[in-house]
Amino acid sequence: MGVSPFQTVGPYFDIFLRRRVPLVMVTSETPGQRIAIDGVLYDGAGTVIPDGLVEIWQADAEGRYAHPEDPRGASADPTFYGYGWRHTDAAGAFHFDTIKPGPIALPGGDPQAPHIMVSVMARGILTRFITRLYFDDEAANARDAVLQLVPEARRHTLIARTTSPGVYQFDVRLQGSDETAFFDA
Amino acid sequence: MAEDISIKPGPYRRVPPGVHPPADPAYRSTVLRHPKEPLIVIPQTLSELTGPVFPYDRIGPLDHDLTRQHAGQPIGERMILEGHVRDEDGRPVPDTLVEIWQANASGRYAHKIDAHDAPLDPNFSGAGRTVTDSEGWYRFVTIVPGHYPWGNHYNAWRPNHIHFSLFGPSFLTRLVTQMYFPGDPLQPIDPIFNSIPDPEARQRLIAAFDIGLTSPDWALGFRWDIILRGRNATPMEK
Ligand SMILES: [Fe+3]
Repeated sequence: MGVSPFQTVGPYFDIFLRRRVPLVMVTSETPGQRIAIDGVLYDGAGTVIPDGLVEIWQADAEGRYAHPEDPRGASADPTFYGYGWRHTDAAGAFHFDTIKPGPIALPGGDPQAPHIMVSVMARGILTRFITRLYFDDEAANARDAVLQLVPEARRHTLIARTTSPGVYQFDVRLQGSDETAFFDA
Repeated sequence: MAEDISIKPGPYRRVPPGVHPPADPAYRSTVLRHPKEPLIVIPQTLSELTGPVFPYDRIGPLDHDLTRQHAGQPIGERMILEGHVRDEDGRPVPDTLVEIWQANASGRYAHKIDAHDAPLDPNFSGAGRTVTDSEGWYRFVTIVPGHYPWGNHYNAWRPNHIHFSLFGPSFLTRLVTQMYFPGDPLQPIDPIFNSIPDPEARQRLIAAFDIGLTSPDWALGFRWDIILRGRNATPMEK
């Protein structure tokens, strides 16, 4: 049985997002370091993309995913779900208020450096592009098995840059000399 | 010992080429928006094998019925849309969020950037959501959306379609797609529909008219099944 193909999210997906409850990833009860992620989505001409859908998926502060596949999923922080979404604004920008995830267990190897899964869709994207956000203040990046698969010259495209304490900049470029490294998983 | 072998789900299968659309200049907006570098193949770790498990928030009682979200009834042909969400091995995908959005019967979206000169319908917002049941079934009540022009090329019209967003059990099973209607003369000339290279895969996006699903004297019935990525099985000896 063949998989159903992707089709573009198109320009009008705000219609379905409006029916969701507004996004709140963390509350005052959520343990962990509060962080903010700011980013801008750019096309191949360096123009901002005001109709993009950016989604994130991440573990809690202890590196547990709120999901049955995680051996520790049942004990994941009940105040932290881990899913976020944003419609980019008129300036192509997206913003998430969340916590920094803990290191993620990797069977038979070093834990993975703290990271956040990122998915990008937009009008003009026929499928969905996925990548990862890593943090510029994590020494564990140097031993992260997935990050090492990215050619060294492109690795910086996955590393969010501290702009002030707890605030990270993570721009996504769909093409160009600093094209973000996207994954096939 | 043979009786101690259990089946542990392995990695998700890679999607064969031809199913998901590559960059396609016939759809002009892809030219600056599809990456040029090859995708980097990575292993499937816990970060990929997990994903949002819904419902993360409540589904309202009328969320699945787009004809009853306002004081009056929307204009257009009512339709019941039902389908089965499964994986590649035919296993049902239960308890997963299904969200839809669509144009009204005149081919106009309730969205500020839709400049098509066709009437808005005050009784139609065009968005619905539901969660598949324990056996993977979903059901919506809506109206048949209209055709609409888009600026891709001279005299470009989209075939009738309903946009779908699904999650499935992991980050890797996420699917955003469009459902089409049988016999639509615009399908063979639509760059978005035809961006799918494999013609057989393309047909999977076309719903079937189902007389058994119609509600006599009230609404047409269409059936559309959705197939998400499946996993290899890894026999594990305990
Ligand atoms: Fe559309």
